[in-house]
Amino acid sequence: MSWFAILGIGLGSFAFKAAGMFGLGRLVADGWGRALGMLLPPALLSALVVSQTVSTGSNLVIDARIVGVVAGGLAARKGAPFWLVAVIAAVVTAGLRALT
Amino acid sequence: MGVPAHIRDGIVVGFATGVFAVGFGVLATTNGLSVAQTSVMSLLIFTGASQFAAVGVIAAGGSAGTAVSTALLLAARNGFYGITMSRLIRGSLPKRIVAAHVTIDESTGMAMAQTDPAKREGAFWAAGLGVFVFWNLGTLLGALAGDVIGDPERWGIDAAFPAGFIALMVPALKQRPGLLAAAAGGAIALVTIPLTRPGVPIILASIGAVIALVVAGPLDELSTPEDDAS
Repeated sequence: MSWFAILGIGLGSFAFKAAGMFGLGRLVADGWGRALGMLLPPALLSALVVSQTVSTGSNLVIDARIVGVVAGGLAARKGAPFWLVAVIAAVVTAGLRALT
Repeated sequence: MGVPAHIRDGIVVGFATGVFAVGFGVLATTNGLSVAQTSVMSLLIFTGASQFAAVGVIAAGGSAGTAVSTALLLAARNGFYGITMSRLIRGSLPKRIVAAHVTIDESTGMAMAQTDPAKREGAFWAAGLGVFVFWNLGTLLGALAGDVIGDPERWGIDAAFPAGFIALMVPALKQRPGLLAAAAGGAIALVTIPLTRPGVPIILASIGAVIALVVAGPLDELSTPEDDAS
């Protein structure tokens, strides 16, 4: 990733926070705008989960990843903290790859 | 025993996210970022989901523009946290600039979880600064380790990414609008992956948030920290 992209995301992220903290965000804050801001993360994160679990590039692929991710997802559902969820997924996937 | 519970809790939350940051450091460096780039991401962007997503899009072969757009769409919610926190944080300009930078899921959540309003600012700073310190220490540690680890697939690190995203989503999934958004976003990704370039399905998934907004109806169903307070 380029430095340009990193600085762009950094500046943009801070701009959102500062707009809220310094009152600029009030213009779009109420009602629908706020709700949309809260619903974007689950929509995008879910898309990331799907694309990183069952695809490589533009191809749909089923491999060891899905087993690890399901195991991690079940742990998350049981209330496991996120670091444990990530470790479970990695260990299960790596184990399956070592066996096959 | 000398440290009040709302301060201690913030530091504990900071430590927990620091462990996750080790994972970010490993993931970023095993996907081609330098240790310096990885550390600067955590210092400047300081929003876990955005950082993971940007690296993930690049790792999957997406363009820089797609990575930046995805990361910024994920960061927009912090603006709304900022509005809530602006009522709490008073004082000098530098103080409020620092407060803005540490306005994230954890600090906003810990502040609004306090039943005693007098403890909210302390809880905000403890979690915000606690996460900042441990997030950056963890990132550096992971980045240095990632340089040594080499092939991320051998360790299953490519599966740790999406599983970690599920963990990040859990609070949103407990509410109907969040669950709808996740279902719609996931379905959009599944359908568009074969049809578009890598990373584009993630941007298209933002339509899932709009669908959830329309289907879920009235906004008062959407509980935010602010609503709990009023």
